[in-house]
Amino acid sequence: MQPFTLPKPLGTLFSILPQFPHSFVFSQALNLSLGETLRSEVLQPLHGKLICLRITDAQITLQFTLNKHGLIANHERKIPDLTISAKTYDFIQLALRKEDPDTLFFSRRLLMEGDTELGLLLKNTLDALELPPLDWRMYLPARLLDAVKAKILHH
Amino acid sequence: MPHENKMELVCPAGSLPALKVAVDNGADCVYMGFRDNTNARNFAGLNFDIATAREGVRYAHSHGAKVLLALNTYPQSSGSEKWLTAIDNAHHLGIDAVILADPGLMQYACDTYPDLRLHLSVQGSATNYEAINFYHQQFGIQRAVLPRVLALKQVEQLMQNTPVEIELFGFGGLCVMVEGRCSLSSYVTGESPNTCGVCSPAKSVQWKQTAAGLESHLNGVLIDRYADSENAGYPTLCKGRFNVAGATYYAIEEPTSLNTLELLPDLMRMGIAAIKIEGRQRSPAYVAKVTRVWREAIGACRRNPDKFNIKPAWMTDLGKLSEGQQSTLGAYNRPWK
Repeated sequence: MQPFTLPKPLGTLFSILPQFPHSFVFSQALNLSLGETLRSEVLQPLHGKLICLRITDAQITLQFTLNKHGLIANHERKIPDLTISAKTYDFIQLALRKEDPDTLFFSRRLLMEGDTELGLLLKNTLDALELPPLDWRMYLPARLLDAVKAKILHH
Repeated sequence: MPHENKMELVCPAGSLPALKVAVDNGADCVYMGFRDNTNARNFAGLNFDIATAREGVRYAHSHGAKVLLALNTYPQSSGSEKWLTAIDNAHHLGIDAVILADPGLMQYACDTYPDLRLHLSVQGSATNYEAINFYHQQFGIQRAVLPRVLALKQVEQLMQNTPVEIELFGFGGLCVMVEGRCSLSSYVTGESPNTCGVCSPAKSVQWKQTAAGLESHLNGVLIDRYADSENAGYPTLCKGRFNVAGATYYAIEEPTSLNTLELLPDLMRMGIAAIKIEGRQRSPAYVAKVTRVWREAIGACRRNPDKFNIKPAWMTDLGKLSEGQQSTLGAYNRPWK
């Protein structure tokens, strides 16, 4: 994948949309794709913490908390415990485990604000998960719809 | 077989996925620590519990790699039980060698488990052959990791006077090189690597984006302020910018990484037993990339040491991973010595 920055007009468009739906879709998508992993006991120290991801070029803010059932979108108007900011491309590189956060941080492509210990715990906990590398095709709308359908049918 | 052919590549593992990618990318040895202050990378969520350590040892051994365990902090007055238990666990887990700094722990290890291989940690701060030979005679230390304070010529002289194998740092974050003797951070946080296993405990670190730039604070003390165009480093006291006699600059050390790739033919010729890659605090992506580059470079150098050429791609890859995005040969390069 070649490095990219989303075009500015697109970011402006995203920024005027309500932010909660993004957080909701993001949380649900991860809950569906990661399932058991997100309910893992090792993530317990992160429970109840307000975590904010700012996708700078898209001007999208995802805000959520984690509990034993998974991620929950949360747009409370309070200062998040942890805010991580980066461009879309860099978030994807992190999710694919192609870049390490320190590298992005040294080159100023990733900014972390708030509770540093929480940030480190989040990073180390995610690093320690034995995941197959994330496959971005999982997040294509068609695949997500299939997953949602399967879940509905299952219930 | 010439001695140089044995040079081992020793790679960091802060987690099981990091250990696996190190092995998959050609590490001869991986080194790790337990989840507490018995090692000098004591960060929340990092390191191994007994179950993951067992799986790590199984994975490494089944792929022909060795596992070293860093037990390189000093037991405190509150008791050494935790450190002794860690040695017991290392032995039970089938760890190939423990990396120790404290002589008391060395005594316990060699008395209790005579078959357990001992390495002298960089935190032991032994920079001359008399000290290394003392550890060898007293406790049977078989390898010493040298602090990054010696010029290459000094390393060579030291090696001519000791039977102990020598391991050198090849790549990674560089500290002010008073390893094992540094208590700089404790002036600000009350904690230091030797006692608590961290330079800058995360709970004391705060990053703030301000109008003047990105600021790092350690326990309320401003360590550095980066303009938008500047690369950042770790928030340690030694790598802060200070106002000295009216000028503000990196008065102790710049954020930089050690990179000794160009010394590889010399290191092989000298018979260095192992090259160590720093970075147990880094993610699997870092471990995979650094291991791959060094494996390839060692292979190329072994095949043809006289015509060893550094591939630009290796330097580009390593440069991106470096602290502050810059690297140095450190103390090794002192031609006047």
